[in-house]
Amino acid sequence: MELLQFVISGLATGSIYALIGLSFAIIFNSTGIINFAQGEFVMLGGVLTICAITLLKLPLLAAILAAVAGTTLVGIIFERFAIRPLKNATPLSLIIITIGASILIRGVVMLLFGKDTQALPAFSGTTPIEVGSATLLPQHLWIFGVTILVIIGSRLFFHHTITGKAMRACSFNRRAASLVGISVWRMVLLSFVISSALGSLAGVIIAPLTMTAYDVGVMLGLKGFCAAIMGGMGSGLGTVLGGLILGILESLGAGLLSSGYKDAIAFFILLLILFVRPQGLFKKGETERV
Amino acid sequence: MRKLLSTCLVGFSLILAASQAFAAAPIKIGALFAVTGPASFLGEPERNTAVMVVDEINRAGGIHGQKIELITYDTGGDATKAVQLANKLIKNDHVVAIIGPSTTGDTMAVIPVVEKAQIPMISCAAGIKITDPVKKWVFKTAQNDSLAVARIFEELRKERKTKVAILTVSDSFGASGREQLKAQARRYGIDIVVDDTYGPKDTDMTAQLTKIRGSHAQAVICWGTNPGPAVVARNAKQLGLTIPVYMSHGVSSKKFIELAGDAAEGIRLPTGKVLVADLLPKSDKQKASLQAFIRDYKKHYRTEGDHFGGHAWDAMMLLKEAISRGATTPAAIRGQIEATRGFAGIGGVFTYSAKDHAGLNKDAFVLVEVRKKGWTLVK
Repeated sequence: MELLQFVISGLATGSIYALIGLSFAIIFNSTGIINFAQGEFVMLGGVLTICAITLLKLPLLAAILAAVAGTTLVGIIFERFAIRPLKNATPLSLIIITIGASILIRGVVMLLFGKDTQALPAFSGTTPIEVGSATLLPQHLWIFGVTILVIIGSRLFFHHTITGKAMRACSFNRRAASLVGISVWRMVLLSFVISSALGSLAGVIIAPLTMTAYDVGVMLGLKGFCAAIMGGMGSGLGTVLGGLILGILESLGAGLLSSGYKDAIAFFILLLILFVRPQGLFKKGETERV
Repeated sequence: MRKLLSTCLVGFSLILAASQAFAAAPIKIGALFAVTGPASFLGEPERNTAVMVVDEINRAGGIHGQKIELITYDTGGDATKAVQLANKLIKNDHVVAIIGPSTTGDTMAVIPVVEKAQIPMISCAAGIKITDPVKKWVFKTAQNDSLAVARIFEELRKERKTKVAILTVSDSFGASGREQLKAQARRYGIDIVVDDTYGPKDTDMTAQLTKIRGSHAQAVICWGTNPGPAVVARNAKQLGLTIPVYMSHGVSSKKFIELAGDAAEGIRLPTGKVLVADLLPKSDKQKASLQAFIRDYKKHYRTEGDHFGGHAWDAMMLLKEAISRGATTPAAIRGQIEATRGFAGIGGVFTYSAKDHAGLNKDAFVLVEVRKKGWTLVK
């Protein structure tokens, strides 16, 4: 009977990892960069929402929109001034730039908003809902709901719209994409927009549960990265499953073994997959297209 | 006429300066606090309080007409820097006593320096090893973790609860608490049936609490600093945990209630008396000191004084008492501090002896319960 609770808790954290993993994958697919500032977008989502509520006195929904818009703006600025000017940089130096950006964002937020942890009020109350012998909070339903919507939305976008298809084309072959008239840079910018919006949304919906502070992005970013690696950096179901599996394993590990191993489990899986199945758990081995 | 006036003025000011120099060379006291860095939540209120107390003493004419000069340095929570600054205080500034440092790490690093130079030091850090074993020149004012543990266990024994689950954070604060909880459990006839931990950055503790719910524990004791315990409180409410939840003094601030929200209701924790100064009975020896501290702090800094500032208040006041009993040399001040009996400060009622340089007993903590987003005393 405890098992059900572990699984439900795991699914809830796993959904968050999945959302963050998706936002990693979107940028990776259009640029080949692993954006380690992704966790900071998640943090910005939560922190900016709280700011909008306390400083600007906005109602919750408006505050969330403002926070997502604000984070997206940060994403755009980041892409414009840190990624785009370096036309021929190697992926490694771009990755290092993203690490630098994450430290910068964290530092600025710490200076502006302080080091204190803050809580966002729950969207629809805190009365627990019983599911068999387990319980979950209304906020968990929000998390599940938003995750499902995002998955459906991204599926529709990437497979059924011209822009989405253009972005996928860039990920397969940049030069060919630009030869058929796709503006690769616009697609890169768009990928940053989508990814920062998605990351901040994840940050907003978890803030009522986990609370937020300037430094929550690091761990969440790494866990999202694990999820994306498990899914083979695809922007589809693989990453989502990766996130959910990671969440459940963590929760089972903490519940059945010892909570000391919780983070170790995540990173052990990460290393194992990088060694054994670098293409991800669910992808068939790909041959290089020539 | 004008010349005469200016001559008079110069003469007058000369006399004034001379008289000041002869009448009272100020007593120099050094202070080391972690005003910046990760322990700034300790160092900043401590520095503020020390400056405030010295101001008040000097405004009232000093001690026996002698002003106090406080020389404060910021260790940044860095033990190496703390040692350098301690040396500077002793060798360059020639202080007669040192208050601080703020953290156990800084204090342990500075101890050999003050022991060698034979300068009394009153630390504001809580670590039990600072005064156990006793060092001749080192005292401390912050309450030991072991006293907070004792306060909780005493209440559990009163309620005849013998099986507890402990959930501690995996950092130095949690590790020290866990050690104390396990060490003292047997003395109170208490069985620790679940012993679990969580990471300082963990955001979901339902797994650990589910395990606790499935055990026979009659109470949960969670040992950590914000935000972990707030998450534990929320998760416990989500899981419908019916057994009482105890927290450590690490979350004895309004911030915890703010973070945990409704989930904080009914949670109990041991805390220094600053938090509940107004609720204390008139007979409480510390009440006057507490109210003076809170009033002064509010006047100077426009925010609430906390128990961290209280550690510095106690340290300064102990020094003041020692000096006003006639001690002026480091050795005499040390002797007078050790001779302190029943000094009612902020952290508790201090009685030092040659065998005890921590000076407090478990009455330093009161047990409070969160009710309606405020604190109430558990009788």
